[in-house]
Amino acid sequence: MSNEWEVVIGLEIHAQLATRSKIFSGSSTAFGAAPNVQANLVDLGYPGVLPVLNAEAVRMAARFGLAIGARVSHRSVFARKNYFYPDLPKGYQISQYELPIVQDGRVEIVLDDGSAKVIGVTRAHLEEDAGKSLHEELPGQSGIDLNRAGTPLLEIVSEPDLRSAREAIAYMKKIHTLVRYLEICDGNMQEGSFRCDANVSVRGLGRREFGTRCEIKNLNSFRFVEKAINHEVARQIDVLEGGGSIVQETRLYDPGRDETRSMRSKEEANDYRYFPDPDLLPLVLDADWIESLRTTLPELPDAKAARLVAEHGLPAYDAGVLSASRELADYYEAVIGLVGGQPKLVANWVMGDLSALLNRDGLDIQASRVDTQRLAGLIARIVDGTLSGKLAKEVLETMWDEGSEADAVIEAKGLRQITDTAAIEAVIRKVMEDNPGQLADYRGGKDKLFGFFVGQVMKATGGKANPGQVNELLKTLLAG
Amino acid sequence: MTAAELGRALRRREVSSLELTDHFLARIEDSGTRLNAFVTVTAERAREDARRADAEIAAGQGGPLTGVPIAHKDIFCTAGILTTCSSRMLANFTSPYDATVVEKLTAAGTVLLGKTNMDEFAMGSSNETSYFGPVRNPWDESRVPGGSSGGSAAAVAAGLAPAATGTDTGGSIRQPAALTGLTGIKPTYGRVSRYGMIAFASSLDQAGVLARSAEDAALLLAAMSGFDPRDSTSVEQPVPDYHAGLEAPLAGLRIGVIREFFGEGLEAGTGAAVTGALDQFKRLGAEVVEVSLPALPLSVPTYYVVAPAECSSNLSRFDGIRFGYRCESPRDLYDLYTRSRGEGFGDEVKRRIMTGTYVLSAGYYDAYYLKAQKVRSLIAADFQRAFESVDLLFGPTAPTPAFGIGEKVDDPVTMYLNDIYTIGANLAGLPALSAPCGLVDGLPVGFQLIGPQFSESRLLSATHAYQRETDWHRRLPPAWA
Amino acid sequence: MTLTRHDVEHIARLARLQIREDQLEPFAGSLSRIIDFVEQLGSAATDQVEPMAHPLQGMVQRLREDRVEASDQRDLFQQNAPETAAGLYLVPRVIE
Repeated sequence: MSNEWEVVIGLEIHAQLATRSKIFSGSSTAFGAAPNVQANLVDLGYPGVLPVLNAEAVRMAARFGLAIGARVSHRSVFARKNYFYPDLPKGYQISQYELPIVQDGRVEIVLDDGSAKVIGVTRAHLEEDAGKSLHEELPGQSGIDLNRAGTPLLEIVSEPDLRSAREAIAYMKKIHTLVRYLEICDGNMQEGSFRCDANVSVRGLGRREFGTRCEIKNLNSFRFVEKAINHEVARQIDVLEGGGSIVQETRLYDPGRDETRSMRSKEEANDYRYFPDPDLLPLVLDADWIESLRTTLPELPDAKAARLVAEHGLPAYDAGVLSASRELADYYEAVIGLVGGQPKLVANWVMGDLSALLNRDGLDIQASRVDTQRLAGLIARIVDGTLSGKLAKEVLETMWDEGSEADAVIEAKGLRQITDTAAIEAVIRKVMEDNPGQLADYRGGKDKLFGFFVGQVMKATGGKANPGQVNELLKTLLAG
Repeated sequence: MTAAELGRALRRREVSSLELTDHFLARIEDSGTRLNAFVTVTAERAREDARRADAEIAAGQGGPLTGVPIAHKDIFCTAGILTTCSSRMLANFTSPYDATVVEKLTAAGTVLLGKTNMDEFAMGSSNETSYFGPVRNPWDESRVPGGSSGGSAAAVAAGLAPAATGTDTGGSIRQPAALTGLTGIKPTYGRVSRYGMIAFASSLDQAGVLARSAEDAALLLAAMSGFDPRDSTSVEQPVPDYHAGLEAPLAGLRIGVIREFFGEGLEAGTGAAVTGALDQFKRLGAEVVEVSLPALPLSVPTYYVVAPAECSSNLSRFDGIRFGYRCESPRDLYDLYTRSRGEGFGDEVKRRIMTGTYVLSAGYYDAYYLKAQKVRSLIAADFQRAFESVDLLFGPTAPTPAFGIGEKVDDPVTMYLNDIYTIGANLAGLPALSAPCGLVDGLPVGFQLIGPQFSESRLLSATHAYQRETDWHRRLPPAWA
Repeated sequence: MTLTRHDVEHIARLARLQIREDQLEPFAGSLSRIIDFVEQLGSAATDQVEPMAHPLQGMVQRLREDRVEASDQRDLFQQNAPETAAGLYLVPRVIE
């Protein structure tokens, strides 16, 4: 039935900006402090206090705008969004409404079939984060911790251009990659530094007008976003196919039950009474400043991937995987520099065995137990024929576990590849002697037995014989 | 004696700050609850301040205000001292920090006598909305002192303090100054930091002074003005020496009389006194012309959209969670909010919060809030045009002398029209001053001067010139002389 | 009257103000008076007029350097709090 429906999704991503102090006060933004020790008078909304805007938050937001080809507003205005909630100390959130700092950008995502799709970014605006309500261990009460209140957020609002949960994830991952490239957000989803709300609706296929949407709040992992959207889509289709209609509302995803449920249905929920914040003046950024900021942008993921394809000759897939993380790409390029080439070989090792070890131990590339110097050392030994690929895997694991250099492992384990022709010949002759039946069959025309002899030779040398040389010599010697 | 005279006496060692302080503390105590001008009297703190000032003076240090006692309107946060805004909401609120104004005046060596009563959260023109009861006018205790800085006005007029701070959102310094015979100045928006001044309407609020003379106003204003990095709306401009500027000659000053301020609604005696002041200015050499500001009559309705809108948001922080009044045993979160706020705020505050909530709410924003902002532009443009041909604008401060307590509480709009002449300066962010110019049936009335932005010096010097030739500012309420 | 009892109830709920039953009517009356009074703004011609949010026309927002300045003063700040425990501000259970 679902093929009769088209899914329409827009995401509002909240990225905490990686400033040292809060957006309107000098409190620290560090995560994990004891409750309320990082909440000063301004963060607490004490009577008489006033906000002063953090320059770095502005700079970060503008950099993001430039990175997505958006207009960075010459003039933007802070507005108050009024609502009561215990984690919102002033009873209003300082945000941007009519004139946001970033307008009209776009990012490209790669779909499952490998094709590209451009997703519009309507706007990105600066605002302050709220605190947290804690419900544990306080019967009938909640405890309010305002350490997070006033942390700068960049709210990134997409056009309703996304057509499936998969596309939504691809878009969210792309934004995640971008903010980390720009070093404006640590991207830590467990700590809530990067989270999103999803606006989801469905409409009959071919219809132009949008269906009624529901907003799913506070999704803090890629997996939850996907599951929540899929669940919500199924729910909406069920309702519509059952003859019902969708009520516009805010819903909360419950990962435990894998369902969304209605959150605030009070009639005034959406009457935020926005108006320009009279405590703050218009934010004016001059064109020269914006242009000078452009020169500080790093190479961005799309450009990097394109370069890896054009200059390194990598397949688009490899280039995409490597450039999805600035750190991974940096690692890859550092190894290339040390080895002096071999892009595909290096890409395979970085994306393959090294990534497997990182995943196994739950480490980021920055925390890799084999640094670029050591991986380059290992790859050099593959290139110069000292190690076979199979042996090299073994060496890497030992390097990982012991924190050692490739050459030391090769030495200690005697893993140096056998490339001495005479030595390999001697082994081959021994194998031929030990297997007269197979030799006779081979010579009688059973070509398939070639592999058997290769295997026996490798076994006899403990895998150390150079496979190329083994092949060459075997062909000659088996032929008689 | 004025604050300036007291300062001179102190520096001549004719009197010590401690003696002065004890004198004023005794007067405050003797006045008992007759005027209800103070919410908190800080006798110990005052004596500490006085001793420190005396030591400074003895060491040959300090400035013109060192050792001079003053009072602060209870809207300014004072570290370790109750700061109530005359509201039940903050009746037990001790501020952990000093407002910039308090900090600066302390640094200037003033002695803090206490915190003065006011209209609740500065919302009122008669000082009848205070949780701590109305303040009485020392000239006639059955009458209001004006508001919202009514406690500061009554205290200075009755000689309980030489001078006091106030705040002015729509006339809250100038109108009580007029009704109690004082000189009151509201400077240019952004001239004095709003940090630590509990916000009513952020785009209109400005701190200022209630004093006995232009000279005193100049001394206090100079001490409290200046750039403050903690207030984004504070202006980065040097503060002129207002006191040194007092003697600037008045001859040739072009004064524009605002035609719209002399129409219907202006009580005859008040009009006559104000016109008398104008004649005095002419005698002093001012050129007087009539000017028209056609949008100005819309300033009261503009104000009663903008100010409530801002206040409805500013007062949302009073929710019974982090500070302030909390209702007894709330049933749930909604109950905590609505009862804490319902019981913590008085009726006028509630009325303004509701007005503001209404004009900002979905479907009404454009018709009220946005419209008011546009009319505000028209009013500001009228002032700007007027200042192309005149140096200062002139008119009455309030339409009538002090009215009776309880007389206007039934109809908010009648009450709001008290501020008809004062609100324009707030909407345009202009400096304005009220000074006494006569008595009508024994009650003081005042004239108002409004200047272009940052023309405080000129307002003060013009008034100083007037006060050298007249003695209205030296008159004391008979019962408190 | 411009505003009804029902309007007052709605606004009071938005503003989180408890208004006693017997006060609904008086508030509806005084709020209506105020709203009727401000209606006269409609008479002003403002088609080409820019709204003025602020008296400091032309002044722009100043920026603060990104520096951590505050130190922990939780105990002092919480002296004004009606109810706290373990450094948290307490409220009746928040239901999402």
